[in-house]
Amino acid sequence: IMADNGDDDSQYRMKEGDYVVLKRGDIFKAAQIVAKKKVIFEKQWFFLDNAVGHLYNSTFEIHSGQLQLKKTSDTGGSADSKEAAGVDNRNIVDDGKSQKLTRDDIEMLKEKGLKGQEIIQQLIDNSSTFKDKTEYAQDKYIKKKKKKYENSVTLLKPSCRILAMMYHGREPGKICHLRYDTLAQMLTLANIHAGSKVVVFETCAGLVLGAVMERMGGFGSVVQMYPGGGPVRAGVDSFGFPAHFHHTLHEFPLCRVNALLNGTLEAAGKDPGNSRAVQRNSVWRPELLTLRARSQRSQRRGRRRDEQEKKQRLDERRKKLSAAAAVLEGRNADGLVIASRFHPCPVLMGLLPLLAPSRPFVVYSQYKEPLVECYSKLKEQGGTVNLQLTNTWLRHYQVLPNRTHPVLLMSGGGGYLLSGTTVASGPSKPGQSKPCFSNCRTCDSAV
Amino acid sequence: MSFAEYSESIAEGDVAIIYLSHDSMMPVKVQRGAQTQTRYGVIRHSQDLIGHKYGSKVSCSKGWVHVLHPTPELWTVSLPHRTQILYTTDISMITMMLELKPGSIVCESGTGSGSLSHAIIRSIAPTGHLHTVEFHQQRALKVQEEFMEHRVGNMVTVRNQDVCKDGFGVSGVADAAFLDIPSPWDAVGHAKSALKKQGGRVCSFSPCIEQVQRTCAAFTDHGFSELCTIEILLQVHDVRTVSLPVPDFGPNSDLNRDQKRDQNQTQNQNQSSPGAVTIKTTTVPREIPGHTGFLTFATKPRT
Repeated sequence: IMADNGDDDSQYRMKEGDYVVLKRGDIFKAAQIVAKKKVIFEKQWFFLDNAVGHLYNSTFEIHSGQLQLKKTSDTGGSADSKEAAGVDNRNIVDDGKSQKLTRDDIEMLKEKGLKGQEIIQQLIDNSSTFKDKTEYAQDKYIKKKKKKYENSVTLLKPSCRILAMMYHGREPGKICHLRYDTLAQMLTLANIHAGSKVVVFETCAGLVLGAVMERMGGFGSVVQMYPGGGPVRAGVDSFGFPAHFHHTLHEFPLCRVNALLNGTLEAAGKDPGNSRAVQRNSVWRPELLTLRARSQRSQRRGRRRDEQEKKQRLDERRKKLSAAAAVLEGRNADGLVIASRFHPCPVLMGLLPLLAPSRPFVVYSQYKEPLVECYSKLKEQGGTVNLQLTNTWLRHYQVLPNRTHPVLLMSGGGGYLLSGTTVASGPSKPGQSKPCFSNCRTCDSAV
Repeated sequence: MSFAEYSESIAEGDVAIIYLSHDSMMPVKVQRGAQTQTRYGVIRHSQDLIGHKYGSKVSCSKGWVHVLHPTPELWTVSLPHRTQILYTTDISMITMMLELKPGSIVCESGTGSGSLSHAIIRSIAPTGHLHTVEFHQQRALKVQEEFMEHRVGNMVTVRNQDVCKDGFGVSGVADAAFLDIPSPWDAVGHAKSALKKQGGRVCSFSPCIEQVQRTCAAFTDHGFSELCTIEILLQVHDVRTVSLPVPDFGPNSDLNRDQKRDQNQTQNQNQSSPGAVTIKTTTVPREIPGHTGFLTFATKPRT
């Protein structure tokens, strides 16, 4: 079978408005290609305008704030001047004098417009110890300098893999220290797939929600449960999903879950106290913030317009709410994913009733103890099986001829997961008629 | 029922998972009139399964079990082993790092018992396709049969051939390729030609570091970039209630301190015997799998 992909590369080319990820070495940053908009990456500023029309995964050099496509020939090339090399480091003394170029000299070279490669060659030529270093140490030296002086940047198409690694590396606090491999576990443990109905509650900047949406590929529906004012999902934008993905996304406020489950949501919607809540909520929504600021500026335009806008906004919210409620009402969701800074126990207990029987759920917490509490509570109340409290251990390796070993630094922890499967809550309580294996072990150990 | 789509109720011909305990599950092919023996007694398919909802409880003579809707993850822990299999911890990482999503075209070899295959199909359904290559004829036939039973047969092509000699049977179509074979370096070239010209992701799973070394060298020789080798392990925590005895230090002259300690003890002694504190904690199993394999990922650039 031959490929039919011919020459249609349009979907592989960057367009204005596209979300991209900038990459240099192991460092990533999400950005959007906007004409004449400056981005700052690794202390350098530049414009992305020139990327438009080029293929994703292209590497560019930054010259006076503009991107210039790097020729493929010098992408991987290093200073391949393998000449003399030492046997070991017995003659290398760290006296701080081995490099003859001073900081000012290097700045001068930079100002002269020398490329990273050329600066590195200068550094090598002016190092008195380079030729005495072992071949391996020379490699390492070049690699280190390359990292420092190369000013190239690669533009990637965003994906869950890249964004999860980016957030974990740059802003772990924003994603509750959720490590990428832990997120990977969540997506499989919750059996996220196209065509299902998934409930997500997260305070991870939208990363988890975006990851779920990516795996669903625009098929099925996702309901984002949100606390307080409104859903936060800046991270979802960074995925650069096609517009139709957003039609599958619903939002529902946590403060209405009880009403939904009690069947009193309709009544609560007409409650005047509720519109006050909505007003307060708008303060927290960035897009409404700008709306509000704009309306302040144009106060002269009169109150009526304001009122109209407000009414429109309220109507839209009400419509969204009832759309999400319709999705949740049947209590037949296919998956539940929780990853938040809130105590997971009330969240899990509050959202679990939305799931159909025989459906998986997964809860992330940075801490283990609250998940132990969830576990105990679930064992006590029944309605779930296959409970597992886990974490993963992740190690990276350097693989080089004769120099393969684990990378010296590793992540100390990626958080904890509690996963399980819902079952129909029958009349008899768990452990009554059947000796439950795990319960037995618990008893044994307590003696 | 399908392994890529949920249904509400159990129907004849479904494969259901009988949940006995968290480390004991068995897949059952639901057939009218059939019976299944479990350690809690017999399950009669017509009465106990067909027409009932997934997730319901089935009472047997010596206890009860739950019937679960199959998922690739439940299949992984209940499937009949014909080979060493990949488990969910590694599978999760492979799925994310290969950037699998609905619509992806994926190549895999070897198929083995199909543990990873089912997870891949679930992730790329309904518009993607898996091309899986297995050199062992019986295994290839058996897994093909399972894909049909699990109603995902339309999303997978099984080929009985040697990937190192004959490749994946497709070229220039795949978004991702996966290798779990003894000499992955011999198949790197085939993986490359199976991937789209615009590029793609590849993963090799090997238990030995020597295999990793040779595979990485082959990836580099074939122009792959972004090489990354990792190892991932699962740590399971068993939730336990344990009782810690508190030793007696004898009477203390300092009255104040004595009183405080007494107060503390009575607070903690809700359900425990005198001189002991009961706490809820977790323990780790005495032995765990300490190694499965190294996962090496790489990106095929545009060619």
